[in-house]
Amino acid sequence: MTPDDVKTILFEEIGNIAPEADLSALRPEADLREELDIDSIGFLNLIIALGQRLGINVPEKDYSRLGTVNSAVAYLTKSISLAGR
Amino acid sequence: MGVFRMPSLGADMEAGTLVEWLKKPGDAVKSGDIIAVVETQKGAIEIEAFETGTLESHLLPEGSTVPVGTALAMIQTAGAAIDREVPTAPPPAEPAPAPQLAPAAVPPAPAPAISPGKKVSPAARHFAAEHGIDLSSVVGTGPDGAIVYVDVENAWLHREPRAETPKPASQPKGAVEPTAMRAAIAAAMTRSKREIPHYYLGHAVDVTGAIAWMSARNEARPPEERLLFSALLLKSLALALTKFPEFNGQFRDGRFEPAGQVHAGMAIALRGGGLVAPAIHNTASLTLDQVMAALRDLTTRVRAGRFRGSELADPTITLTSLGERGVDWVQPIIYPPQVAIIGAGAPVLRPWMVDGQVTPRQICQFTLAADHRVSDGHRGALLLREIEARLQSPEAL
Repeated sequence: MTPDDVKTILFEEIGNIAPEADLSALRPEADLREELDIDSIGFLNLIIALGQRLGINVPEKDYSRLGTVNSAVAYLTKSISLAGR
Repeated sequence: MGVFRMPSLGADMEAGTLVEWLKKPGDAVKSGDIIAVVETQKGAIEIEAFETGTLESHLLPEGSTVPVGTALAMIQTAGAAIDREVPTAPPPAEPAPAPQLAPAAVPPAPAPAISPGKKVSPAARHFAAEHGIDLSSVVGTGPDGAIVYVDVENAWLHREPRAETPKPASQPKGAVEPTAMRAAIAAAMTRSKREIPHYYLGHAVDVTGAIAWMSARNEARPPEERLLFSALLLKSLALALTKFPEFNGQFRDGRFEPAGQVHAGMAIALRGGGLVAPAIHNTASLTLDQVMAALRDLTTRVRAGRFRGSELADPTITLTSLGERGVDWVQPIIYPPQVAIIGAGAPVLRPWMVDGQVTPRQICQFTLAADHRVSDGHRGALLLREIEARLQSPEAL
């Protein structure tokens, strides 16, 4: 899966958590949760959804690596390849 | 024969719109079944039946807006010996909301012809002025025949054959006008600040152990089974309340009714503004995992604008948790008819004294706002201490 594919899925799932957000205006280095006002439950739901879509398990200690769009795409792409998908 | 009525889903609700029938005449219904969806200022609420039997007839079509207490349907209950009469007027179950929302700066009403001496509540006068209702044509049901809010509202609802204003097609079912949500919050909070003599307490709690225990537990689990700190707070609160019944219940008709169970309301912020605080039923008897599952389920449904009437009407106490990215503390406002609300700030790493040493610890500021008509600060302090104690043994939650 390419980083672009991952980004598409990431945006779809963020859209489910924050349906009113304008993701085209989201800066790739901005703090995702800050920018979109995603609370703990919203973020947990995002992690669950990404895990199911991408077939990976994001441990809690890695949550900070999904801090921005860029870091999340990099982290998820790497996790997918490590999982052999 | 049972009567299914427009329920009161909170102190601030005066009317609701029947959006959808989910059971049709002839359908079997049992207590707890969702039989209709009602739109209120808080969103589309699923309404449950309280009786078991057969839905005999709908008394109102979808789209009707009626006051709280209006009969919506008849339910033929098994073995019902006595037929209750079909009421056309709302029963006096809820206290007449006469002085509700008396705005401070209402311009003098244009004084429609009204017999001198006839009493009209300020809220009723305001509503009448706003909707062009002739007060002389309204029959008062308040004390000494005074015209109260429900009277003018009834007059308005039963005016000329009601032209239903169709909803804009773009608005999804259950969507709430932000101004309606704001009005609902304003009404409830105004009433709270006017009627409830609040007192406030705060306590800094070391939650390092609880969070470490939770993190270790989450480490070995897939995301679906992970806990959030709010779940620990809810369960600690629910267990602590077993020793402090004067904080758990509802204040109605001038007296406090303690609740047999803890139905902890959880303040949930809606995306785009506003909040609701629906109940997690029987919080104390759920396992921690069940509390967490209920919290996720409730949050998801609330944010999708779909939750149940009982969840709105039943909370016996509320928790407002600011979350890991929140600020240090909150001074919460009691949601009537409840008598207490607990606030929890964001847990923050701070220098803390432990055994004579300054040590970094995760500190969470707990606050309590409670009703002085029912309890005192001394007991409130003991309640906060009890929640703290419960959190120190998270494995026992």
